[in-house]
Amino acid sequence: MTDAAPATPSNAPAPKAQPHVKDNAIIRFENITKRFGKVVAVDNVNLEIREGEFFALLGPSGCGKTTLLRMLAGFETPSEGRVLIDGKDVAPLPPNKRPVNMVFQSYAVFPHMKVADNVGYGLKMDGVDGGETKRRVEEALDLVKLGGFGDRMPDQLSGGQRQRVALARALVKRPRVLLLDEPLSALDAKLRDQMRSELTSLQEKVGITFIMVTHDQDEALAIATRCAVMNRGLLTQVATPSDLYEFPNSRFVADFVGSVNMFEGVLDKDEQDHAIVRAPELAAPVYLDHGVTGAKGSTVWVALRPEKIEMHKRAEGQAAMKMEDAPEGANVVPGIIRDIVYLGSETIFEVELDGGRRVKTFRSNLTRYDQEDFTWDEPVWLAWHACSPAVLLS
Amino acid sequence: MEQSWRQAKTAFAAIAVPPLVWLLLFFLVPLAVIWAYSFGENVGPVTIDLTGTFANYMRALEPLYLQIFWKSIIIAGLTTLLCLIIGFPVALAIAFASPRMKAWLLLLIMLPFWTNLLIRTFALIAVLRENGYINFTLEWLWNNASGLMTLLGLQPLGEFEPLTLLYNNFAVVVGLVYVHLPFMVLPLYSALDRMDRSLMEASLDLGAGHMRTILLVVVPLAAPGIASGVLITFIPALGAYLTPDLLGGTDSQMIANVIERQFKRANDWPFGAALSFLLMYLTFIAIAVQALVQRRGERRGT
Repeated sequence: MTDAAPATPSNAPAPKAQPHVKDNAIIRFENITKRFGKVVAVDNVNLEIREGEFFALLGPSGCGKTTLLRMLAGFETPSEGRVLIDGKDVAPLPPNKRPVNMVFQSYAVFPHMKVADNVGYGLKMDGVDGGETKRRVEEALDLVKLGGFGDRMPDQLSGGQRQRVALARALVKRPRVLLLDEPLSALDAKLRDQMRSELTSLQEKVGITFIMVTHDQDEALAIATRCAVMNRGLLTQVATPSDLYEFPNSRFVADFVGSVNMFEGVLDKDEQDHAIVRAPELAAPVYLDHGVTGAKGSTVWVALRPEKIEMHKRAEGQAAMKMEDAPEGANVVPGIIRDIVYLGSETIFEVELDGGRRVKTFRSNLTRYDQEDFTWDEPVWLAWHACSPAVLLS
Repeated sequence: MEQSWRQAKTAFAAIAVPPLVWLLLFFLVPLAVIWAYSFGENVGPVTIDLTGTFANYMRALEPLYLQIFWKSIIIAGLTTLLCLIIGFPVALAIAFASPRMKAWLLLLIMLPFWTNLLIRTFALIAVLRENGYINFTLEWLWNNASGLMTLLGLQPLGEFEPLTLLYNNFAVVVGLVYVHLPFMVLPLYSALDRMDRSLMEASLDLGAGHMRTILLVVVPLAAPGIASGVLITFIPALGAYLTPDLLGGTDSQMIANVIERQFKRANDWPFGAALSFLLMYLTFIAIAVQALVQRRGERRGT
């Protein structure tokens, strides 16, 4: 599997229009491979990023996402392949000649310079005259809500403020692309949520293409317009956040993005308008309202998101309930509640199926008094709609 | 854990007292004796009368000796500057080398310490003297060039005149730089190695070239390391005795050579003591300046 799978799986809806994203590819990775000695950090990656996107490179640590970003900035040279910015091969350009700027994970704010000198550093290097530098520095500081902080030294600032300085310092140069290396990882939870929405609105305001590296799937889903998931140097899937979550193309993506119940099974029936998968761990067949492009009898995996599983009371000896969009006996399995985790807005239930497999399901706490009052060791039915499971071939 | 050894006073004393006694007996007491001598007068070949006179200091501040002090400062300063100029790129190269290379390069820097200073100095004499390796190489090049010119039908060069590289101030500075270079490289290396690499990358990313990155980011951030390197090069160079003695000529006397002569040939211990203490006060000033730079660096959070 060298190329990324198509961004939209067969049954996914057409992508929504994004008015500020243009059609031209501002960044293009062509067959990029990077080796460090014998280790392959990036393995034949092909990727296009369009102008105006807020793009996220998502993956576990060591997956090659930071290496890819550093190749854009010019700190690493690809072992094979080409990196194009605005259609031009940037291989001959050193970092200081590239039309991209970076916000470092550690912020890398110069500790011996005032905030204004930090922000003006890049302009000074470009030979911008003093008056204009001053004006643009003030503008950039206002943009990141640090107006009036120009005379402070970096050690007089909080971590969040230092990051804003790093942002202003990069944005003041009006780069074609802004690179962000794990921008939120060093902030505390509350500040992180705030910075998420600020980054999004900042990107819309300045209209610059942002590329962010993150290992945090919540962060990528919340901020990015499009994400690329990487695993062991390979590009696994490139898709919008909702497609990534609802239509993952592999077990890795389904498992890495969000929480999932995964069942191995055999493709029993595959028609144009429906398919059936039999999984040994599930007492009932899985009925799908769409066809699957796989050979009959082949091994597939069924991924069920916890929030897409309904839970109903079950009396001993009662006949199985029927889901309205599935045939009798399909998509409904019996189980017993084994664990309850109350999270305030929702509750997580862990249900043990007959074979011993545990399944996770979420229930939103829609009212202040739970009328159904599920409790430990209570027999329940777990049921799901025919459109809910994602069938994965790899 | 920290509390427990503070409470175990006997154990603490058992460890701390021997070195303290050692320092007191063999460092502070002799130093105090010399300090007292500096206010004394020679009354016989081996007897010194502690009269509390300032005559030794008055004599030490005469132009003749001030000149030698000044010259020692100039030579030590020049040595330090050359060590800094040579040592900075070396330290930078080591700091950026791969971990395996780094260990080897550091070993190379420290290797001279394993050889006796006297042997190293005589080795340098073998290199610098009139029929030494440098002149030998130059002569070989000279004769070949001369031969080549004859071949081309040009006037051959005259007879080779060996360069006088030994027994002058040049030889002293070369010797001092050679001996003190590791003292400069090691603190510089440790400062550069500690530095956050992303600061340099940020500078490059913002459009600065390598030279400007070094001047505007690396050097200012390495300032505390540079200050300690300068100090621990300057202080021993200022008090250098063996190198000017062996490599220097008649006009290359440094203050330590003068002090040595007072204690030995001139047998004027009180005057030698006064010179020694003036040298030590100079050292204290250098340390104070360094501490000031260090504190300013720390305030900047580096």
